Amino acid sequence: MVEKKTGIFGIQSNRRQILKGLAALPVMAGLPRLAQAASATSAVNTTGLAVTDDTVTVGILHSITGTMAISETGSVEAEKLAIAQINASGGVLGRQIKVVQEDGASDWPTFAEKARKLLENDKCAAVFGCWTSASRKAVLPVFEQYNGMLYYPTFYEGLEQSRNVIYTGQEATQQILAGLDWVSREKKAKTYYLLGSDYIWPRTANKIARKHIEGHLKDSKVIGEEYFPLGHTQFNSVINKIKLHKPDVIYAIIVGGSNVAFYKQLKAAGIDLSKQTLMTISVTEDEILGIGGENIAGAYACMKYFQSLDNPANKEFVAAFKKMWGENSVIGDVTQAAYLGPWLWKLTVEKAGSFDINKVIDASPGVEFKNAPEGYVRIHPNHHLWSRTLVGQARTDGQFNVIYQTPDLMEPNPFPVGYQ
Amino acid sequence: MLMGYSFSDLGSILVMQGFAGLIMFSVYLLMALGLAIIFGQMGVINMAHGEFMILGAYMTYECSRLFSAYMPGLFSLYFFVAIIVSFIVPGLLGMALEWSLIRFLYKRPLDTLLATWGISLMLQQAYRSIFGAREVGVNLPEWMMGSTHLSDSIEIPINGIIVMGMTLVITAGVYLLLFRSGWGKQVRAVMQNRAMAGAVGINTERVDRMTFGLGCGIAGVAGAAFTMIGSTSPTAGQLYIVDTFLVVAFGGAQSLTGTIASAFSISQTRSILEFFLSGSMAQVIVLLSVVIILMLRPQGLFVLKVRR
Repeated sequence: MVEKKTGIFGIQSNRRQILKGLAALPVMAGLPRLAQAASATSAVNTTGLAVTDDTVTVGILHSITGTMAISETGSVEAEKLAIAQINASGGVLGRQIKVVQEDGASDWPTFAEKARKLLENDKCAAVFGCWTSASRKAVLPVFEQYNGMLYYPTFYEGLEQSRNVIYTGQEATQQILAGLDWVSREKKAKTYYLLGSDYIWPRTANKIARKHIEGHLKDSKVIGEEYFPLGHTQFNSVINKIKLHKPDVIYAIIVGGSNVAFYKQLKAAGIDLSKQTLMTISVTEDEILGIGGENIAGAYACMKYFQSLDNPANKEFVAAFKKMWGENSVIGDVTQAAYLGPWLWKLTVEKAGSFDINKVIDASPGVEFKNAPEGYVRIHPNHHLWSRTLVGQARTDGQFNVIYQTPDLMEPNPFPVGYQ
Repeated sequence: MLMGYSFSDLGSILVMQGFAGLIMFSVYLLMALGLAIIFGQMGVINMAHGEFMILGAYMTYECSRLFSAYMPGLFSLYFFVAIIVSFIVPGLLGMALEWSLIRFLYKRPLDTLLATWGISLMLQQAYRSIFGAREVGVNLPEWMMGSTHLSDSIEIPINGIIVMGMTLVITAGVYLLLFRSGWGKQVRAVMQNRAMAGAVGINTERVDRMTFGLGCGIAGVAGAAFTMIGSTSPTAGQLYIVDTFLVVAFGGAQSLTGTIASAFSISQTRSILEFFLSGSMAQVIVLLSVVIILMLRPQGLFVLKVRR
């Protein structure tokens, strides 16, 4: 007798289960591994998620229209690649992943509405999505209300921790501290000029950078800190100011279209980035597509991943990504972090032996992804990832030379004491 | 405010900030010209102005790709071809748009605002489908990048000089066209009194179409110029549209002199404030002063006196 399944699909899926079971019998005899993987749906799904005997439904929620489509396209591609690879390797608990994709349209209320749809109507077992902090903040109450699971890929300012979110990008201290330590040690930098677009991430990040420079780096000081409205396109005045102050390091956290204007005008003003040290935490290979490699060559970026990273897992990942999305595609830090989402979820579900959200949340801390493209990562009890931080130098071809890697994993610390 | 700078530093500040202000002035004027023509001469609020600019930028991008693929030898000169293409394609699109949509809305100015805003959204999505959602990097010939070295501390960006030159040529061209040609006389006649202009035998519909096309074409050229200093992406037009409207509204909608004066005063104020304060504060102060001046003088800086 087949166990009774809860929920409105009870009868139907019981019948399917019987048929399926009959059909599978001879196969199962020959393949004991498969039989063990495909445990009964009623056992692995007790809360009515969209899990059948051979499929499990997940959501992808990014902007594919509107301003943010520039940035979020890469994340969607990486998540689809990861899901395709997981399906090809046998799926999750013997079930193939089905994807429901929704468009957040760069509009935060739309994100919340689509998140509700994915959780309430589609009963997604996990959602991979969001890019900006604003969109994440908009969907957070929805995920907490419906007890959903969100894998969020972007490096961000920290100051958040939710039981319903796994943050696969770095929080600010992971990204910032190692880079500043490096530049202070290797470049003997003493004076810093902080720049940023005017919203929460650059402001929080620069606050952390300032505290670190003034409190932890020897004889170092911040000689300027400035913010520009999002979409600012004229940087000549601040570039003049930088020329006069001659800081050892320009620390730039400028985002979006402003980025392109800033680096083009920097180059046009005769600032040679092979002589003037510039460190950024907001330019990945994706952004360089728009900026143009020749305009930013020589600048240092501090990330946890670069496409040029030399390890077998990354080579495989880059090859697979290009095969799926075209030879000319580039992979930035966030794209790689988005790729981690589905894999971490699969590993967590298999560790928990269940799709149930609460069991997945309980099983999350300590989950290891040993062969991630960026190297080894592990989920911290605070739902962020232990990961290494790298410093890369931009080349004219739009890629980075990895010139430094922290020897140890950096501990995620979303609420850094003494840095706020 | 000036503490910590030496005398020679102050000298260089003056020169370089002067140039920074002039470059910003050229940028503002270039982007506002097309809008000023359409808004001023026809009373149409063209919310899709930014998208026409980006169309020009994408044309430049396509030209750069074509030249590097088929005529690498002529690559250093492709920009001149790109400027022409960036004028013609948005111009033609503008004329088609005027013929198919705008001309039915002349008596309903608020509806043109909505309609052109809708068009701007459609164009953005079209660029996204055609050119991809990501930013594209426009390759520029080496001679257009970099800077000229005047002294140790004074360097003038070459792309800024090119933008200034283009602005000068286009402004002069628009002036000659509007005030020194027979066609310009027709345009001004239609603007001042549509019914009378029609009565004396001016084909007002044709004049409207050409004016709209001219405005869009100039927007396209501005977009081509901005590939040197800014980004090219489906939504990049939005970066410019607010400043553009600011310049046009502040200058007084129907006056070319007004547009020039307003672009000059806004850019200089902003560039100086940005130097002494910061980018965000400069924007706040500029917007505030414009709001206050427009409260005192709603018609803008310059007004054309017309009998209605």
